[in-house]
Amino acid sequence: MALNRKIAYIDLTTGDVQTESIPLAVRKKFIGGRGLDAYLLYNHTKKGCDPLGPDNALIISGGILTATCASATARTHIMAKSPLTGMLGSANMGGFFAPELAWAGFHHLVIKGKAKNPSYIYIHNGEIEIRDARNIWGQSVTDAQWAIRQELGDEEVKSCVIGPAGENLVRFANVMTGVKNAAGRTGMGCVMGSKNLKAVSVRGTMDIEIARPMEALEYNKRFIDQITSAKVSQTQGTLGTPFIWGATNSWGGVRTRNFQYNQCEYSDDIEPERIDEICEETMGPYHMTGCFGCQVHCRAQYKIPEGPFAGKYEEGPEYTSLGAFGAETDTPRALTVLVGNHLVNQFGMDNLEVGSLISWAMELYELGIITDKQTDGLDLSWGNDDAVIEMIERIAYRKGWLGDVLADGGIPASKKIGKKSFDYLVQVKGMSNLHSDERATPALALNVATASRGSDHLRSRPAIDLYHLPEEVLRKIYSNPVAYDGPLSSEHTEYIGKPWQVFWQENLYMGVDCLGICKYHTVFLGVTLPSFEEWSKVLLYNTGIEMTPEEIWDAARRCNMLERLFNLREGLKRNDLEKGDMLNHRYFDEPCRRGAVDVVGTMIDKKKFIKMVDELYEHQGLDKNGVPTPETLESLGLKNEPSHLL
Amino acid sequence: MAKILYIDHEKCTGCRLCELVCAVSHDGISNPARSRIRVLKWEAEGIYIPMTCQQCQDAPCLNVCPVKAISQDEELGRVSVDYDTCIGCRSCVSVCPFGAMNFNTTDRRVLKCDVCDGDPQCVRFCEVKAVEFIEADEVAIRKSRKAAQRVSAAGKQAAALEAQL
Repeated sequence: MALNRKIAYIDLTTGDVQTESIPLAVRKKFIGGRGLDAYLLYNHTKKGCDPLGPDNALIISGGILTATCASATARTHIMAKSPLTGMLGSANMGGFFAPELAWAGFHHLVIKGKAKNPSYIYIHNGEIEIRDARNIWGQSVTDAQWAIRQELGDEEVKSCVIGPAGENLVRFANVMTGVKNAAGRTGMGCVMGSKNLKAVSVRGTMDIEIARPMEALEYNKRFIDQITSAKVSQTQGTLGTPFIWGATNSWGGVRTRNFQYNQCEYSDDIEPERIDEICEETMGPYHMTGCFGCQVHCRAQYKIPEGPFAGKYEEGPEYTSLGAFGAETDTPRALTVLVGNHLVNQFGMDNLEVGSLISWAMELYELGIITDKQTDGLDLSWGNDDAVIEMIERIAYRKGWLGDVLADGGIPASKKIGKKSFDYLVQVKGMSNLHSDERATPALALNVATASRGSDHLRSRPAIDLYHLPEEVLRKIYSNPVAYDGPLSSEHTEYIGKPWQVFWQENLYMGVDCLGICKYHTVFLGVTLPSFEEWSKVLLYNTGIEMTPEEIWDAARRCNMLERLFNLREGLKRNDLEKGDMLNHRYFDEPCRRGAVDVVGTMIDKKKFIKMVDELYEHQGLDKNGVPTPETLESLGLKNEPSHLL
Repeated sequence: MAKILYIDHEKCTGCRLCELVCAVSHDGISNPARSRIRVLKWEAEGIYIPMTCQQCQDAPCLNVCPVKAISQDEELGRVSVDYDTCIGCRSCVSVCPFGAMNFNTTDRRVLKCDVCDGDPQCVRFCEVKAVEFIEADEVAIRKSRKAAQRVSAAGKQAAALEAQL
C-alpha cells in the first residue's frame, strides 16, 4: 500500500536513524509530498534556525501517489529553511528518484545534523545506511551518480546529488537527479553541502499494492488520454518547454538585459527548432525523454555540436535556460545557451538564479557601479557570450571577487557592492525572478510577489490568463471545486478577478505537489487538463483514501497556510522589499519598451497592485498585514501549530 | 498468424510506464521487479532499450525445463509457463539469452511476458509506440521499408553531389 510508506528521521551528527508510519488522520490533513514536508519543516525547525547549521531540517519526499498507477507521479520534493532567502526553501523535480524511494519503503526523509566527513545516505528496501563519500566529493552531478552506482554495484540505484556548487555553499546550489532533473530553487543543494551530504541514493523492490488495481489502470488510461489529446502536451512533447519561447517573446513577456527590455531581439537562434537543427548531426531529430510514467516526455536531449564541450550529452535546454543564458544577458546564441545549460547542470546550480545574477551584474557594469576591478578584468558587457560562460564557473567555484560575492545571492551581494545596486536587483524575498517580465500581466505580477518561496512562477501562476479565454470558460475553471461568483476578466492587462485566479492556482499547485504529480498534468499551460475532480478519483483507486475535490482543496489551503506561517515566523513583512510580498520598484516605474501594441508602455499600477494583494489576502483568510486571522487558523485546523503529530 | 511484440527502441522515451502497467495489470501491484518488460538505460548517453520475451520458436527455456512446465501456445504465439507443474528450479532464468525470464523473490516464482492474452497493456499505454503488437511478418516489411528509405536518401544525396561536380 502507498499508505504504509514511512518517514525516516536521519541524524547525520550521531548516525541515528528512526522510522515512523504516517497516520491516516495526518494524511487527510496534509496528504503528502510538499504539503506534509511543510508540516514537518514547521515542526522540526525552530524560529531563526541557521539555514546552514545542523539544526536545519532537510526534507526529501515523494507524493502520496508516487509510484502508484497514476500518471506522471515522478516528482521529488525537497524542503528546508532556505540559505538564499532565510525563509521557506522548497524545490521540486522530476526524474526517477521519488518512485524508487517509495519502492524502498519511504515517502519522506527528514535529515538533520552534520556529518563529520563527506557522506551519502543509501536506502535499500527499508534499510538505511550512512556511507563515506570522500572519494566522490568534488565530482560533477553526473559523475557522482555513476560513481555511486559503480560502488554499490547496481545500475538501478537512483540518487539525488549535489555538484561542486553545493559543496562550495553557493546559496542557490540545487539538488539534482539524472542528467538534468533539478530541484532548482531556494538553494536546497547548499543545505545538503552544509551537512556534508553529497547524495541520497535509493534502490527499492518493495511492493506497492494498488487499492483497486483494475479501476486505477483504466482510469489512468483515461487520464493519460485527457493529457495527451491536448495540443499543448503534444507540442511540449515535441519541442520541450521552449515551445512557448517564440510566443512569449513576441508579445513582450521576456525579461531582457536584466530588466531594461521586455523582449529579446534577434533570438531565432535559440528557438527549439534551431537547436534541433544544429544538433542533428550529433543527436538526430527531436529526441525527447520522459520522467517516470509520463507520456508528455517534455525533456529534449542534445549533444553540444561544437566548441570546447563538443560531444557532451545533455538534456534540455528548458525555456528557463533560454531566458537565463539568452535573453537576460542578451546573448541569444544557441551555443551559449547549450553550454551554459550544461555547465549549471554539471556544477549543480539553479539556472534561473545564475542567469538573473549575471545579467544584474552586467547592468551594474554598464552603469559603472561595478568595474573591471571587481570583475578581475572580465568584460561584462551585454552580449559577451564568453563572459557569461566564465561567470557561471566563477560563481560555482566562488572564483574572483565577483564570483564569490554573487555566490552568496542577490541581497547579500547588493550589500557588498553597495551604491544603488539593490535598486536594479529583480527579486522577491531574496530570490531572483525567472526571465519572465510581468509588467503587462498584473495576475502574473501578483503571483511572483506573493509566492511562498520568493519570486517564482510555479507556485501560483495563472499562466492560462494569457490565452484570453472567454469569461464563461474562465468561470468554469475557476469555480471548481468551490463556488466563485466574483469578477473575472479575459484581458491579461486587467487587474480585476486576478487575485482569485492566483488563489485558485496556488491551491491547485499545492494539490498537485502533495500528490506528487507533475504540473504539466494539470491546469498550468493546458486548460483541459485534470484537476481536483480527477485527483479525487485517482486518489481513491490507487490508495483507497476517500477525499472529495473540496477536501483536497481544503487540504491544499491548509498546507499553503503552513508555508505562510513558516515565512511569518522567519520574518515575512508585507511590504518589505527584502522579505515581503512586494515587487522591485521597476515594475511600477519603468514602462515596457517593446512587444505587442497593448504591451508597449504598460507597467504595474502600484495602487491597483496593493488592492490586488489586499483582495488575495482576503481570499486566503489573512488580515491586511498578511497574517492569518484566528478564525482562518481555526477553520483550517491549524491553531495548535506546531502540533508535533510527527 | 499470431502477433508479436515489436520494440523500436529509437522511439522509447525511457518513461517506464510499460513496467508500471505490466506489474499492475498482472499482479495488482506497482513494482517494476514484477514487470515482464524492462527498460534498460544508459542515462549518460540518453539511450533506452525496452527488453521483453521474444517468444522464441525454439525456446531455450522450454527446452531446458526438466518438468515440461513450459509450452508453445500456437494460438497466441507465446511461450507459456504452467505454474501447477513448475517446480521453481529457475533453469529457464539461467538459460534465457535475453534475460526475459524473471524471478520474483516475493512470490518465489518465475515470470515472463504472456502478451496479456492478446491485449498487451504495455502497447496500449505506450503513446510513442515504441512497443507495438503486430503480425510477425510485418516486422521484416517495416524494417525493409526503413532501410529502403535510407538507400533512397543516400541515392539522392549521391546524385546531388554528382550534379555539383
